[in-house]
Amino acid sequence: MVSVKERIIEVILFLCSLLTVLITLGIIVILASETFNFFSKVSIIEFFTETEWTPLFANKKFGILPLVCGTLLVTVIAILVALPLGLTIAVYLNEYANQKFTAVVKPLLEILAAIPTVVYGFFALTFVTPLLQRVLPNLSGFNALSAGLVMGVMIIPYISSLSEDALRAVPKSLREAAYGMGSTRLQTAFKVMVPAASSGIIVSVILAISRAIGETMIVAIAAGQEPKLTLNPLTSLETITTYIVQVSMGDVPRNSIEYSTIFSAGITLFIFTFLLNNISFVIKRKYHQKYE
Amino acid sequence: MQKLEARNVNLFYGEKQALKDISLGIDPNTVTAFIGPSGCGKSTFLRCFNRMNDLIDNVRITGDILIDGRNIYKSKINVDEHRKKIGMVFQKPNPFPKTIYENVAFGLRIKGVKDKSVLDETVERSLRQAALWDEVKDDLKKSALSLSGGQQQRLCIARTMAVEPSVILMDEPASALDPLSTAKIEELIYELKSKYTIVIVTHNMQQAARVSDKTAFFYLGELIEYNTTTTIFTNPKKEQTHNYITGRFG
Ligand SMILES: Nc1ncnc2c1ncn2[C@@H]1O[C@H](COP(=O)(O)OP(=O)(O)O)[C@@H](O)[C@H]1O
Ligand SMILES: [Mg+2]
Repeated sequence: MVSVKERIIEVILFLCSLLTVLITLGIIVILASETFNFFSKVSIIEFFTETEWTPLFANKKFGILPLVCGTLLVTVIAILVALPLGLTIAVYLNEYANQKFTAVVKPLLEILAAIPTVVYGFFALTFVTPLLQRVLPNLSGFNALSAGLVMGVMIIPYISSLSEDALRAVPKSLREAAYGMGSTRLQTAFKVMVPAASSGIIVSVILAISRAIGETMIVAIAAGQEPKLTLNPLTSLETITTYIVQVSMGDVPRNSIEYSTIFSAGITLFIFTFLLNNISFVIKRKYHQKYE
Repeated sequence: MQKLEARNVNLFYGEKQALKDISLGIDPNTVTAFIGPSGCGKSTFLRCFNRMNDLIDNVRITGDILIDGRNIYKSKINVDEHRKKIGMVFQKPNPFPKTIYENVAFGLRIKGVKDKSVLDETVERSLRQAALWDEVKDDLKKSALSLSGGQQQRLCIARTMAVEPSVILMDEPASALDPLSTAKIEELIYELKSKYTIVIVTHNMQQAARVSDKTAFFYLGELIEYNTTTTIFTNPKKEQTHNYITGRFG
């Protein structure tokens, strides 16, 4: 006999999980229906091939490419900062530092990801940009470079902590094999440990990319609000998230075409992160099979 | 001169003493077996010879370990270079998650050898020595993890021999293997004796009797008796040795 109390707890737990599923479904339904609305007014071909994004202007153009390009440019800069630094930190903590040091430094690093992003945004705008302008005189006040660099610092712990976890999960016997063969620490780290942990490291990078793509405040504050199809990191541009903020904060009427652009931009973002999530899921599953 | 020599070796894991005043010498081109109940310090002692205990925090060693007359704890030796000359085969097969070829070539690669023909030759020679060549020669590009446990262990032996060490330390190399694979490894040890000095830790008394020239019996961190294998198994001098080999404890 299951007691009444147990039964009630079970029902509550079930309702909680049901609620999260329903909320997720709700978001997807609204995203999808509003996007459907949008594409009944704008051709999907224009959406993917047009090179300008000007829904708020008189001459409206609906090409998502500039926003996608802006998002990817900032993300690439951020990863170029975070991957080498994060991986180096992970290898250092795992192979060189003693355990006590690692136990202290890892949580400290994780604070980087806990700082409110608005702080990073203003740091980029009021400190990093002026600093960079001394070396790069034609750097504009709002630019992808300082937003990307600062975002890179923010996502370091995603890579350093998760990669360190992955390195730590490599069977001890492989490390012993490497040292037993006479490898130096550097060789052990980069010829054995990193390759053996590669799936976990890739998953950490994917998570960091997802985080960078979805990041809003830093880019909204420091990168500007000018959708541009450019790969030049020195000028201002706009990312998908920044655009969504910009429109949500303005006063566009509901059910207008401007309003539904939020959702078309939103679903583009959603598709990106959804794909990344799935890739990391597949990699994780393969990885677990390998070591069983 | 003796190939390996330990003089009054004590080893502490933190406060805990794992080896107590151990002295013994090992002649070149012999097979020496370390036997004794689990936890008596066989692995710990074996790992003193290639300084693998350095990888563990809080280990303290006193006494001297000499290899070819050279003190490996006192003189300023390069530990990585030293380990290249002292091969080690572990209890659980531990091939790298790389191809069969890359596993065997690993030792040369970390020495910076790039010449493809040298690598190819070494891989073939080592796999032949480890009696694995015929089984894998068509699958060199396959993952080492696809091999059976016994094959993986012979691959690890091949990987060790590829850099031509003069000593091979084996820590219960056959304990995780089936009888057929075990027989192959034992046969291999017997053949390798002409080229290498081999020290093997084993739980298996028959195995020690079959493959070794000399046997050392350890108990609770002490070396109780060290003699020719025949003497240890037919005419042990110490009561404890006698009890152990007749299966009264351990
Ligand atoms: N890394 C370690 N830290 C602390 N104690 C250890 C460690 N490795 C082994 N020991 C202890 O040292 C003793 C000898 O262990 P070991 O050499 O592994 O014995 P054997 O190989 O004969 O089974 C055991 O009591 C074991 O608990
Ligand atoms: Mg042992």
